[in-house]
Amino acid sequence: MATPDVARVNGSSHRTDWHDRYYHVDQVLDRPGPRTDPSFMAGAGVKEFLRTQCKILVIGAGGLGCEILANLALSGFKDIHVIDMDTIDISNLNRQFLFRPKDVGKPKALVAAEYIMKRVPGVTVTPYFGKIQDKDDDYYMQFNLVICGLDSVEARRWINATLVNLVDPENPESLKPLIDGGTEGFKGQARVILPTVTSCYECSLDMLNKPTAFPICTIANTPRLPEHCIEWASVLEWPRVQGEKKMDTDDPEHIQWLYNIASARAKEFKIEGVTWQLTQGVVKNIIPAIASTNAIIAASCCNEAFKIATSSAAYLNNYFMLIGTDGVYSYTFEHEKRDDCPVCGGESLEVSVPRSWTVERLIEMLVEKQDIQIKKPSLSSGAKHIYFQAPKQLEEATRPNLEKPLVDLVPDGGDITVTASSLPFSLSLRVTYV
Amino acid sequence: MIKIWSMKKNEEAAAKKKPKTSAAQIRVQKDLTELDLPPTMTTVFPDPADLLNFSLTITPDEGMYQGGAFVFSFVINSNYPHEPPKVKCTQTIYHPNVDLEGNVCLNILREDWKPVLNLNSVMVGLQYLFLEPNADDPLNKEAAEELRKNREQFLYNVKQSMRGGYVKGVQYAKVNV
Ligand SMILES: [Zn+2]
Repeated sequence: MATPDVARVNGSSHRTDWHDRYYHVDQVLDRPGPRTDPSFMAGAGVKEFLRTQCKILVIGAGGLGCEILANLALSGFKDIHVIDMDTIDISNLNRQFLFRPKDVGKPKALVAAEYIMKRVPGVTVTPYFGKIQDKDDDYYMQFNLVICGLDSVEARRWINATLVNLVDPENPESLKPLIDGGTEGFKGQARVILPTVTSCYECSLDMLNKPTAFPICTIANTPRLPEHCIEWASVLEWPRVQGEKKMDTDDPEHIQWLYNIASARAKEFKIEGVTWQLTQGVVKNIIPAIASTNAIIAASCCNEAFKIATSSAAYLNNYFMLIGTDGVYSYTFEHEKRDDCPVCGGESLEVSVPRSWTVERLIEMLVEKQDIQIKKPSLSSGAKHIYFQAPKQLEEATRPNLEKPLVDLVPDGGDITVTASSLPFSLSLRVTYV
Repeated sequence: MIKIWSMKKNEEAAAKKKPKTSAAQIRVQKDLTELDLPPTMTTVFPDPADLLNFSLTITPDEGMYQGGAFVFSFVINSNYPHEPPKVKCTQTIYHPNVDLEGNVCLNILREDWKPVLNLNSVMVGLQYLFLEPNADDPLNKEAAEELRKNREQFLYNVKQSMRGGYVKGVQYAKVNV
């Protein structure tokens, strides 16, 4: 980087952009290359967008998140938001480099935001200490891009479904590219998801490495590994001894209890290696994190964010896999969208029906109509069950709805989820009344 | 920003927003309403509005456990089908693959679970345990021992336990119907 002459840290973000601050980045932004997208506005236009307009959301301020925040700030993103629900643990300090020993116990999002703003003048990082599920569609609508550095499948499924649902055919702004990074030891992946256009996170759910689970009879009878002893404590002994009491894997006393039980078990079977840390790791399903793998994956996510935000180069289409466990291999491929994906697949139909129609009449229509022809459809709307073909008890419970006017169960413009064995996954109906 | 919008196909652009039903919820609806169970299996929903908590009763019509009604609880969490349903036997039964706490040794409930499997596969798998109890994956070691060594005695113990009787000092639940 060119040495700044004077760093003016007051006033607008523009004024902090001292001469040649982005000298290197600007080599890419000032002129189109032979293969840049025709829509690329080289020069002032794209720089202006990146540095004054583009708003990006980072989900997760952990191992990947720290790297992502630093990379984004240093490549010229100025309006960054970050969400994380965790507080800093002493074990994070070996790789989550925005945190110091004095920060232990404080929210990751707040400390990370403060650090980046102090270190990179002119960047605003807006933290939120809480869950992604706390925020609604309006919140997510304000961003141009979302980057995820999460270790939870559940959180990823949630944000993916939220962004797919956000897509409104009448509003191009509603389509938010999602860049998802993940690591596991020496392995990692980065992917670009264009909600409703490319394959989504849910489309690839069956490709995931599932958490290691040991056969329950091995745990019960023939333990050989320290993990078997820990699972014995958490899967079998906890419910047996503690009854209904819920295990809280963030509670050190609970971990201690499991550790004691697991240690006794290990002693009995002459197994070595049960430690407090391993106990916590197994029950919380902590995947060993390696700082340098995080760095590689975070960097590729941020490069994609930069390319997507600026159109300065072709972006990843759409799945990059890094396998560093046996030499170093990487593989980039286009993961295909699935028709039977519960989130982005399936069809969606608008139906306009008379106000007088009963549920039964609608079902007849679904069964008969030439272009639909669904055999034995089951219908729900949100959490409300409208009509279920099976099992018997639920069929009986929902049968009275057949005679009810549809309008009593689904409001004008409301949605119905239809499932049937003849459908790849589900069909969603938007109902309007005439 | 890249222009993604133009990449949307026309027919997709016509598609409307989808309902805010979670993938797990729709998947459970699909699994349950498409269950194809033999008459030997029945589901019971304590709260018909709650699809995530229910029980399954298995009444085998052949094999050593014929004449009993075995009840399993199913708990499905919001990460289904990434995670399998949690299934436990609600009664104390004498079975080599079920322990006294109700834990069940069925591979597809743990190590071999895959999102392409469904509730139907789990239920069929559970029923199979009653037709072919497996001495190789024991959770009740004594029962497994007995099955391996002395099939006659094992059969006798099963009948005894199903009546609510004692086997080797343990009283089992009466499951005969
Ligand atoms: Zn999908």
